[in-house]
Formats: sequence, C-alpha cells, structure tokens
Amino acid sequence: MSKKETTLQGEKRMKTILTVLFSIIAIVYLMPIFLVLMNSFKANAYVNTETFALPSKESYVGFQNYIKGMTFGNYPFAKSVGYSLFITIVSSALILVCTSMAAWYIARVGSTFSKIVYYLCVFSMVVPFQMVMFTLPKTADTLHLNTPWTIPIIYLGFGAGLAVFMFSGFVKSIPLSIEEAAAIDGCGPIRTFFSVVLPMMKPTLISVGVLEIMWVWNDYLLPYLVLDRKKYMTIPIHIQYLKGSYGSVDMGATMALILLSIVPVIIFYLTCQKHIIKGVAAGAVKG
Amino acid sequence: MAKKKTKNDGSSLNSVLVRRPIQKCFPLFLLPTFIAFCIGFLYPFGKGIFLSFCDFKTTSIWNWSGLSNYVKAFQDESFMYSFWYTAGFALVSLLIINIFAFTVAYLLTKGIKGSNVFRTVFFMPNLIGGIVLGYIWSMIFDGILSRYNTSILLNSTYGFWGLIILMAWQQIGYMMIIYIAGLQAVPGDMLEAAKIDGASEWKTLWHITIPNVMPSITICTFLTLTNSFKLYDQNLALTGGRPYLGNIHTTEMLALNIVNSNTANSKGIGQAKAVLFFILVAAIGILQMKSTHDKEVQQ
Repeated sequence: MSKKETTLQGEKRMKTILTVLFSIIAIVYLMPIFLVLMNSFKANAYVNTETFALPSKESYVGFQNYIKGMTFGNYPFAKSVGYSLFITIVSSALILVCTSMAAWYIARVGSTFSKIVYYLCVFSMVVPFQMVMFTLPKTADTLHLNTPWTIPIIYLGFGAGLAVFMFSGFVKSIPLSIEEAAAIDGCGPIRTFFSVVLPMMKPTLISVGVLEIMWVWNDYLLPYLVLDRKKYMTIPIHIQYLKGSYGSVDMGATMALILLSIVPVIIFYLTCQKHIIKGVAAGAVKG
Repeated sequence: MAKKKTKNDGSSLNSVLVRRPIQKCFPLFLLPTFIAFCIGFLYPFGKGIFLSFCDFKTTSIWNWSGLSNYVKAFQDESFMYSFWYTAGFALVSLLIINIFAFTVAYLLTKGIKGSNVFRTVFFMPNLIGGIVLGYIWSMIFDGILSRYNTSILLNSTYGFWGLIILMAWQQIGYMMIIYIAGLQAVPGDMLEAAKIDGASEWKTLWHITIPNVMPSITICTFLTLTNSFKLYDQNLALTGGRPYLGNIHTTEMLALNIVNSNTANSKGIGQAKAVLFFILVAAIGILQMKSTHDKEVQQ
C-alpha cells in the first residue's frame, strides 16, 4: 500500500516536472515571434547586431518602422494586404461552393464521365506545382485570368483535386434515403443540395475551408507567376520582393511588415483553433 | 445502359429518383469546376508534358527535340546535386521531425497540466507562410552568426542545418497532432493489462503503443518526405541556394532548381526536370496512398 502511494507520488512529481519542462520549451518555441516583435521596434542598424536584446534607448525607434514599412519598396503594403485578403476569401469561397457541388454530382451520378473527372482530381493531388509552372502563366494570360479579380478561377482549378476528393468521400457516407425523401417531397436538385446536403456537409466544409484559406493566404509561387507583378502583389510576394530584390534592406521595417502579416494568422488561429487543427489533420490523413 | 448498371447495384435501386434530376443539372453542378480544372490543371499539365519534348522560349513557339531535354537534365550537374541534396535533407528532417513529434505527443498524452496550451503553441508555426518563416529565421541565424563574422548565406553547412531547424520548428507541431490522435486511439484496456502484468513503461511503449500507432507513423513519414521534396518557399527565403560554387548552388533543393531554370534560355530542360520531379513526387504519393490503404484494410 505504501509502496503504491510512493509510486503515485512519484508519478505526480514526474507530471509537475514535465509541465515545467514543457513551459520552458513552449516559451523557447515562441521566441522567434517575440524576436520579430522586438526587432520591429529597433532601428535598422541594430537588428543584425543586437538581435536578441530588448530594444534599448539607442535602438528603439517606436512605430517608425511600421510607418516606413507602409510605403517601403514603392508599393503600399496596405494594397498587398487588400489583394491577399480578397484573393484568399474569394478563392476559398469559390472552391467550397463549386467543388462541393461537383463532388455531390460525382458521388451521386456515377457516370463514366464523372468517374473520369474524379480520378483526374485524385491524380492532380500528387502533381507538384512546378509541373505546370511554365505553362499555367501563359494560359492565364491568354484567358485574362492574371488579375486578383480572376485568379480565384485558377485557384479553383488547381485546388479542386483535394477538395473534390474530401467532399465526395463525405457524400458517399451520407445515406441516400435523405435525398430520396427530399426528392419525393418535391425538392429539385438545387434545393435538395442547398437545404439538405450542404448543411450536412458542415464539418467537411470547415476542414476544406481551413485548408484552402491557409494554402491561398501563404501561397507565393502561383500568384508570383500568374499575376502582373508590377500592378498586383500579395503579402508573400511583397515580403519576398523587399528582401530578395531590393538591395540593402531596412531590416527593422521588414520585421514590422512580417509582424503585421503574422498577426491576422495568429488571431485567426486563436479564434478557431479547434477547427483549424482538426481541418489540417483531416487533410493530412486523407490526402 | 447506365440504368441497368444502377439496377444491378441493388442498394441504389431508388437512386434514379435522385440521380436523374442531378444529371440534368450538369451545367450548374459539375461544369464550372470542370472548366476551371481544365484551365488550372489539365491543359497546363498536358502541355507541360508535351513541351518537355520540345525546345521552347515561350510556350507558344516550340521545336520538337525528342528526348534531348531529358538527357540534358540528367547531365546538368546542378540538378543532380540538388536531387541528392534534397534526398539527404529529406532523410535527416524525416528522422528529426518524427522523433521529436512522437516524443512530444507521447508526453503530452500523459495527462499533464496545460497540455492543451502546449499543443496550441507547438502547432502555431505551421500556419505561418514559408516566405515569412524563411525571413524570420534568416534574421535569427544572422543575429547569431554575425558575431562570428559569417552569415547563413556564406556557409552551406549552416544553410543545411538552418533549414532543418526551420522545418522542424514548423512541422513538429503538425506531426504531433497526428501522433496525438493515434496515441489516443490506443486501446486503454491493453495498456492496463500490461500495467497489471508488471510491464515496464519502456516495454509497454515498445510492444503496445508503437505497434498500435503504426498507421500514424506511416502517415507522418510520408508527409515529412513529400514536404521535404516539395519544399520551395522556405528554401528560397532562407538561403535562396547560396553560397554558389561555380554552377552549383550548394543549398538549392529540387523545387528551387526547377524554378531557377525558368529564367534560362532554354526552358525545355526546366520542363523536363519538372516532369522528372513530378514522377518522383507522384511515386512517393502513390506509395503513401497504397500503404495507408493497406493498413486500413488490415485493421
């Protein structure tokens, strides 16, 4: 009995040690973000020499970096944010609506054509973007899809694979009788889809939505190659442009912009954390 | 004929009721996605395959050149170098990420206080885009290395391990989530039985937990593998392939090598490289689908 008690105590102690250990690791894990925050308040010269020090009297410049960053590189940062937001929201919404409809059609009709489309979608999931990198921009140019307003169509095309795959996997799991009942009650396919099938798809909609949002928001190469770079930039393109091709870069201002681009992601993450983790994990397991 | 098929299906005897009206709505339901799919994937993909057998400077002007692009791709030193570099990177990151992710997941499922907070923290870097990640870490590494009068852009060893650290930071949390899901599915009575039989923690881990989370291990192995092979943004932002050694960019991975061929005079070689790259990535992907599928059947 006493032996058992001591092992129990030992276990408890072990757990406390683990909590302390993990707290330290978690703080270290968040360090890079803190470093960006700290350095975004330092003058350029100090970012490289005093990276790990808190802003001091000499190095502290207040919000100057943020103000400078706004027009840094002769392109307003707010514009990039706007384009990023627009492209992400419209592309994700378009993918969700179109591919869920397509997946329902594919899963329920089962004709040769729809089967071919399905297998092509599955196939497209293993094709890396580099494969279409040389040809896609030209296609987009020819069809005038090279603006932020039309690029969602490209995203729908290239991102359809995973979405169709996940949606049709889900549709196959819902019993047909519900839709049959709706049909008997006189529902047309459009109404059946939007008021019967779509509400049932909610968990998959969230998973796919999260995956698409994260993909489009962070995507660099596709918009870089497809969009007209002089007119339109997204956040990743903007940051790469500042760092990659701008000669000597103002590191302080860059850190300010990097922080501004992470903040929305962190807010998004903290508000719908549960869905995000579930969605991302679902994509991994199924893809 | 289609009717006959569905009737044989048995379960879908009534599905004509559902199927027919949907089929009539083809232009609304399937067509938009299909057209976008053709524009965004099918046509560029097909044309890409075709152009890999051609000499071209713009995609509309081309000359058939047979297999010469492929021959040139294999003769390209920098391409072969980046292939082996990527393979080495994939192997190292595979081991490091999975060992850490599994350990963290294992300890976090022990019911310690605050494990939800830790989970949230470890997963977070996953959501930050590759370009931004690359520049965050290049600031950190250069902050350290500048004290020794060097930079991550000057030494390929630092470049390699820098990218490993970056990828570990980004992906450990992701793999951890998959491992946690796997660990939570390990039957509790099995663990209890082992405890009653007096098995040590180590033995329980080795003989019960690990065999039971094998599906998660397979998934994570393949995920880290494909992530490494397809890695582009982080590579571009952290080192961009620097330092250069003659023709060879010493920290350039496959995807970056292909993108860099985009500016070369003859894009045909770049396209041939892309096809080879696609075959490689697709092979890994198909292997993954097969192995996870087989595991599911076994269970």
